[in-house]
Amino acid sequence: MSQSIQNPSTSSNSIVLKIDGLTKFFGGLRAVHNFNIEIKKGELVGLIGPNGAGKTTIFNMITGIYPVSAGHIIFKGQEITGIPAHEITQLGIGRTFQKIRIFPNLTVLDNVRVAYHPHARYNLFDGILRSQRFSHGEREMTEKAQEFLGVFGMDQHQDTLASNLPYGAQRRLEIARALATEPDLLLLDEPAAGMNPREIIELMELIHFIRDRFDLTIFLIEHQMRVVMGICEWLTVLDFGEILARGTPEEIRNNPKVIEAYLGTQATRMVA
Amino acid sequence: MKDKLIKVLLKALSWGVLAVVGGVILSIVGGWIAKDPITFTQQVLNGLQLGFVYAMIAVGYTLIYGVLKLINFAYGDVFMVGAFISYFGITKYGFSFLPALLLAAVGCVFLTVIIDRVAYKPLRESPRIAALITALGMSIFLEYFTALKFVFGPDYIAFERPFKLVTWNVGGVTFTNIQLVIFATSVIFFLGVQYIIKRTKMGKAMRASAFDKGTARLMGINVNAVIAATFALTGALAGTAAMLYATAYPQIWTFMGIQPGLKAFVAAVIGGIGSIPGAFVGSLIMGFVEAMTVGYVPLGSTLKDGVAFLLLIAILLIKPTGIFGDPFEETK
Amino acid sequence: MKTKIRSLPTWLTAGLFFLIVGVTFQIVFSRGWLSEYWQVIIMLGTIMGISTLGLNLKYGYGGMFALAQAAFYGIGAYSSALITKDWVVGWSGNPAGGLAGVLALDVGFILAVVAIYYLKIGRLRRRLRDGLSRWLTTFEASVLATSTALVVGVLIIVVIGGGSGWLVRQGVLTIVPPALGALPSAVSQQVIFALALLAGALLAGLIGFLIALPLLSLTYDYLCIATLGFGIIAYVFFNNADKLIPTLKGARGMVGIPQLVTWPWVFICAVIALVVMRNFIYSSTGRTVLAVRDDPIAAETMGIDAYKARTLAYTLGCAYAGLAGGLYAHLYAFLHPSVFTWLKSVDPFVMMVFGGVGSMTGSLLGAYAFVILLEGLRVLPAAFVDWRYVIYPVILLVVMLFRPQGLLGSSEWGFLKPPRIAGRKQVQGTSAGMAPAESQASESQRR
Repeated sequence: MSQSIQNPSTSSNSIVLKIDGLTKFFGGLRAVHNFNIEIKKGELVGLIGPNGAGKTTIFNMITGIYPVSAGHIIFKGQEITGIPAHEITQLGIGRTFQKIRIFPNLTVLDNVRVAYHPHARYNLFDGILRSQRFSHGEREMTEKAQEFLGVFGMDQHQDTLASNLPYGAQRRLEIARALATEPDLLLLDEPAAGMNPREIIELMELIHFIRDRFDLTIFLIEHQMRVVMGICEWLTVLDFGEILARGTPEEIRNNPKVIEAYLGTQATRMVA
Repeated sequence: MKDKLIKVLLKALSWGVLAVVGGVILSIVGGWIAKDPITFTQQVLNGLQLGFVYAMIAVGYTLIYGVLKLINFAYGDVFMVGAFISYFGITKYGFSFLPALLLAAVGCVFLTVIIDRVAYKPLRESPRIAALITALGMSIFLEYFTALKFVFGPDYIAFERPFKLVTWNVGGVTFTNIQLVIFATSVIFFLGVQYIIKRTKMGKAMRASAFDKGTARLMGINVNAVIAATFALTGALAGTAAMLYATAYPQIWTFMGIQPGLKAFVAAVIGGIGSIPGAFVGSLIMGFVEAMTVGYVPLGSTLKDGVAFLLLIAILLIKPTGIFGDPFEETK
Repeated sequence: MKTKIRSLPTWLTAGLFFLIVGVTFQIVFSRGWLSEYWQVIIMLGTIMGISTLGLNLKYGYGGMFALAQAAFYGIGAYSSALITKDWVVGWSGNPAGGLAGVLALDVGFILAVVAIYYLKIGRLRRRLRDGLSRWLTTFEASVLATSTALVVGVLIIVVIGGGSGWLVRQGVLTIVPPALGALPSAVSQQVIFALALLAGALLAGLIGFLIALPLLSLTYDYLCIATLGFGIIAYVFFNNADKLIPTLKGARGMVGIPQLVTWPWVFICAVIALVVMRNFIYSSTGRTVLAVRDDPIAAETMGIDAYKARTLAYTLGCAYAGLAGGLYAHLYAFLHPSVFTWLKSVDPFVMMVFGGVGSMTGSLLGAYAFVILLEGLRVLPAAFVDWRYVIYPVILLVVMLFRPQGLLGSSEWGFLKPPRIAGRKQVQGTSAGMAPAESQASESQRR
């Protein structure tokens, strides 16, 4: 599904996502100002910052859910600013949400089968007339989805309604489903939200696993410092819509501006 | 630099389009004025009269939508009941204008609050669609129940005005005291509602609940009481509007609430649902357009309902959040 | 697991079932075991069932609260009536005039729509607006975008739609009368009727598509009032259409429609509608519609064009209403605009809500229950006849309060059930390549 456009090189140095001067205005309110970043293939990068800093807004702009006020987003060498969301996904960006957004009234299997629709080998009329192409195409999609669920240990739940799954399983389903779209870049928005320490460790293992298994680049938003410090290779810190700092987890942890942003000036004086 | 140039050009283009469209409308309207200024002014007055009455209903819709995100389909029928209540007040008990108005207002307050308790409150936590369908059902119920013979009956009833109609003729244009009464009452109520919303504690609670019910609750606001109070306020508006409407168009029947209700709601949307000044302005526009259609478009009186909704669709295409609406409401 | 007996394929059992039901009713009707009155009631119930299926497509499966079903019912009714009336009774110069006119509209619309679709006018408008928002306010951008889209759209409609429509009209007018005239009149009437139903349903669907283009990008509540508005505009149009085509007779009621509907017609149309809808829902495209209903943004994030999915569901739902309307027109042989007010759009809603939102079986059951109840209540003593319309909203209110998902909820019967999918053949032994397993702790219910 990856479309190599201008950069056919698969060297680990190629830039997967490049953002330049990204700005978002909501009427008079400037939510994001001049955000830029370069993420290379295979990296596991974090975006952190206090609540309301604009992190999800940035993700929404990358995935095409919000229109961009200014700036450029370039994915695998192709400008994707302003392209409709579903096309961006088809180009290879997958995403999960802070508040789990699976399809509650669909079965687990259907949740995944939906991901294969853009590549379905039959069209509407085949479906209505139940042609040969339909039976073959449908079987292909179903088997592919079942195998995929199997990788995540969820295939025995294939007929369960997604809303009936426990929270942890829903989160796994959401990640699995995003991966079913065969992305090159995966955006995870607070995947550890609502998890206990044990689950967080499993999540970190899962993220490492999928990065290797599916050859992904991962960009994630997270509040849980355990996750951020544990798996991210480098971080960007956002505050009030602007970049505050950038660096390895160690560097960020000791950066006084970051501490101040999170905890306020009192804490800085205490730490210093 | 090129960016600035593009910006200026595009702005000019968009305002140019508006100017052309506006210019066409203005020249047509200007033509009407020039040809027969008296009829034109007459129609303007008709439009304003209608608009001011719609305004009160529109404010009622907008208040409920603001707090509950519910389109209270039954509101037009509460309005209808108010008209009948004032009718009974006048004919059976010889009430004059103000007592009949108060009677209608009070009656509608009770009705609205009861409707809320019985039909809407149990569905507060259900998906919004359930409340919408219930509102529709309540509307139909009110219409047909009151049409039963032992209630109001299905026939048109001639409304008796509680005061004599007085007309003045100024330069060929006819004013009536009804128009004055309507303008005055509407404005007073509008100012009253604005005062309540902006200056009183209850008004603040209403605005808070409209913005975020959960947080309002956490701040100690009794959201259920606020909702009930909002319904009561809209009831008063409906009753008053009914009295005014019946006085101006003295024919009542149990289905009279459908059209004014819908149009008032459309007016609220045009002005920006959730905004009270918007509801007022939207209603004036609606009344104006309706009167102009009746007066100047061939077959206008049969087409006027259609025109009203064409206006709605136009606004929904250009700026769905309405004139005074928050343009980023949809992204929240 | 099941015993060794292999169950029959679903389509066979379904086919047998429908055959038996259809033939049984046909026998009952032709032998007169049910009075003519009740025959009409059952046929009406089936017709409303088709309309309700369409509404369920829009709302139950598509998630769109659209209040204009009666308008499309009317479009199907009037257009099909025009066609058959012209052939049988004649009102334009040429017996194929009605057919020519409607088909011209159909083809013209289709081509105009296809052109607009491929040129993505709706998207053009939105992209223009979003793109322009870099320099302009939302309002200014909207104005430019809408006016440009409008101009382009109108040009396309006039040139491509008008041109092709004119061609079709000429073709039909010259070819059809001699071709069908050669057949015995009973046969040609049936052929014309079939064509009329098709053309009417097509027109309803196309007009639905046209209004879906601008309106489906609106949010939920605004869509509701926008469709309500369209319903009113349609009603006003029906009331005044006789100024355009006198034989429509507007508010005086259109008469002279040949009463071509029989039980086989109604039944076969219903079966086709049911099968098409079932196959649609249980296919990949159907799943996208359901996904968009559940969460349009998540669906977009999965690569699904939410706008396209919604438009498809909406258009199909309108076509169903058009088909039902066509059948209705030829059952009652009389059309009056009061049957197509926006209030009448609430009827299929009640049927759907009562029977089961998101259930095809429920739509049919709800339709029959509603029609039988309402008509059946007519046998009440005269004093209580008016109570019918009081009872029906009360039923709606009671249902909404106590069982808002409807009688059947979203469950189905028989062959309408979702096809069973065999589980994955377990590959023994290997856990290589599997994601780290979940611990027991996170399996626990925690929501």
